[in-house]
Amino acid sequence: VIGIGLVRPDLLGTYGDGGNATVLAQRLARRGRPARVVPLTSGGEVGDDIAVLVMGGGEDAAQRAILRDTRLAGSIRRAADRGVPVLAVCAGIQILGHHFDDGDGVRQAGLGLLDVETDRLAERAVGEVVVEPISALDRPGPLLTGFENHGGRTIRGRDCHPLGLVRVGVGNGDGTDGVVSGHLVGTYLHGPVLARNPALADQLLEWALGPLEPLSMPFADQLHDERIAAAPIERAALSGSRRRRPGRPASRG
Amino acid sequence: VSRVSRLAGRGEGSVIGGEVALRVDPGLVARLGRSMKVALVSGTNGKTTTTTLLAAGLATIGPTATNRTGANLANGLAGALLAAPDRAMAALEVDEAVLPWALRELEPAAVALLNLSRDQLDRLHEVRATARRWRTAITDDVEGLVVANADDPLVVWSVGDDRPAERVAWVGAGLAWRHDSSACPWCDADLEFEPGGWRCPGCERSRPRLDYSLADDTVIAADGRTTELHLALPGRSARANAAMALAVIDRLAFPTAAAVAAWSQIRSIEGRFQRVTVSGADLTLHLAKNPAGWTDLLDLVDDTDGPLIMLLNAQGQDGRDPSWIWDVPFETLAGRRVVCLGERGLDLAVRLDYAGVEVERATGLADAARRVGPGTADLIANYSAFQQVRAELDRSAS
Repeated sequence: VIGIGLVRPDLLGTYGDGGNATVLAQRLARRGRPARVVPLTSGGEVGDDIAVLVMGGGEDAAQRAILRDTRLAGSIRRAADRGVPVLAVCAGIQILGHHFDDGDGVRQAGLGLLDVETDRLAERAVGEVVVEPISALDRPGPLLTGFENHGGRTIRGRDCHPLGLVRVGVGNGDGTDGVVSGHLVGTYLHGPVLARNPALADQLLEWALGPLEPLSMPFADQLHDERIAAAPIERAALSGSRRRRPGRPASRG
Repeated sequence: VSRVSRLAGRGEGSVIGGEVALRVDPGLVARLGRSMKVALVSGTNGKTTTTTLLAAGLATIGPTATNRTGANLANGLAGALLAAPDRAMAALEVDEAVLPWALRELEPAAVALLNLSRDQLDRLHEVRATARRWRTAITDDVEGLVVANADDPLVVWSVGDDRPAERVAWVGAGLAWRHDSSACPWCDADLEFEPGGWRCPGCERSRPRLDYSLADDTVIAADGRTTELHLALPGRSARANAAMALAVIDRLAFPTAAAVAAWSQIRSIEGRFQRVTVSGADLTLHLAKNPAGWTDLLDLVDDTDGPLIMLLNAQGQDGRDPSWIWDVPFETLAGRRVVCLGERGLDLAVRLDYAGVEVERATGLADAARRVGPGTADLIANYSAFQQVRAELDRSAS
């Protein structure tokens, strides 16, 4: 059984990113290759059965807690070194970088697997995002869709390609989103990103397992197209409503 | 003003009226509220149910103002108080982000804190930040009674574990959703959850000693008094909400028997648990707004194998990012008939597809009902989708 490792879902699951692991395992299972999600809990290790590692977004306290878990952190580092593909979303990028500034403005050391550092955006980035992937992926594939919700600004080092160019939204804060370094992929996209972008899911799986046969999941393909079309409209509506009614939360029961 | 706004069809008259009144007189809420005995209710889930029960319970004692329609921001509170300025008491539900303001303005006799979990992350951001604002406001501004869910570590942290016993009542209201409480709010260590509550191996804090516990349908006070709830409302959450309301009434030194009798007559709350017939299908309506609420409801509808209609929107009031549906264990629905619709019905269909559920999409409520009918089915919708369903039912009824 192929394992999809989900790093500390108890801490890094704030934005539904655990769904990325579900998507990867299911896309293998539907192709007749038994797969399961393996949660990597406190003090855990990345076993040899793990084909892909997935890290999601989390809150500041959760980010600090995971970095204190030196046994798991070391194990993630070794897995990445031996070529296990890693998808790091939002806080995941920040944890894998050299360092990041948390919500209190305190600088925290990261794992240093990605040549990036993260400080703070002037204004929190919230809304739909469209990203045009660049050629650091074997198959750049179609536009990427997701939802961002972060205060981090990520600055790439010289050897790090971005995942793509931002068409709608903020991403890293410099017109790009995410980072690709070998088989490590970072992005600010939630959604979860692999639920909305089946091609990116299959790219990660093919890095780990070699070529895969095509898989038909019509709802997933439709969702990708629906979100790409809706993004510019929804983002414009969001910034418009902010200008009209500053500081007013949405009311409901 | 409220009559004009109702006539103009712009939604709840009390909200618009309250908004205008607050602009003219920002001290209005404080002035109106301080002449009443006020109890506030806040938390991520269960506000409207708890407030409805609390208001019905207090009404057995004396005239009570309340914000019946879930209008829980400053303008809604102002509207509710303006509509009934001569009442002796008020039971008001308050949005989590508005609670600190309401505590300062109203100086309530009691505040009930239900739970805190992820919800509307594009607006409220981190759950911890909401808890932090609660903690500051409660420490600085609350002289009165705090009735708090002891099973939720974030709620306990926001109250503080050193509050004098006469100013706090700890209720074992349960915690269906632990994913926002895995790290200790005091020391970041991994919390341990046991049948007897949570404990922290790091700082050795644990669930406070309960003043009221809930065992099936019975609320047990620390002094041994027991109360059978006999609610008409279904589900464990409704009983937990009733336990919180009961604790407020009891600790304000009011009699509880008449309140409990009144509760047994309440069969639906603002459309929740209401039964309707659509295109030959008998539907029970459910509202769930976030992963904790959906997880709770999936547990409730697990009693049958009947078909389900599910609606998802992502408007401002819902939170614009529905990624949280991936936190809901929809895998338990495998083998059941599920029909999805709503503005983000496709997101839900993809989630269910990956959960191994054979899912259909419907073009509208009538189409969905035809697909699941005839017979009984449950309908679950998130906030704005639920309001759309009720509006459509109102239109077809009139």
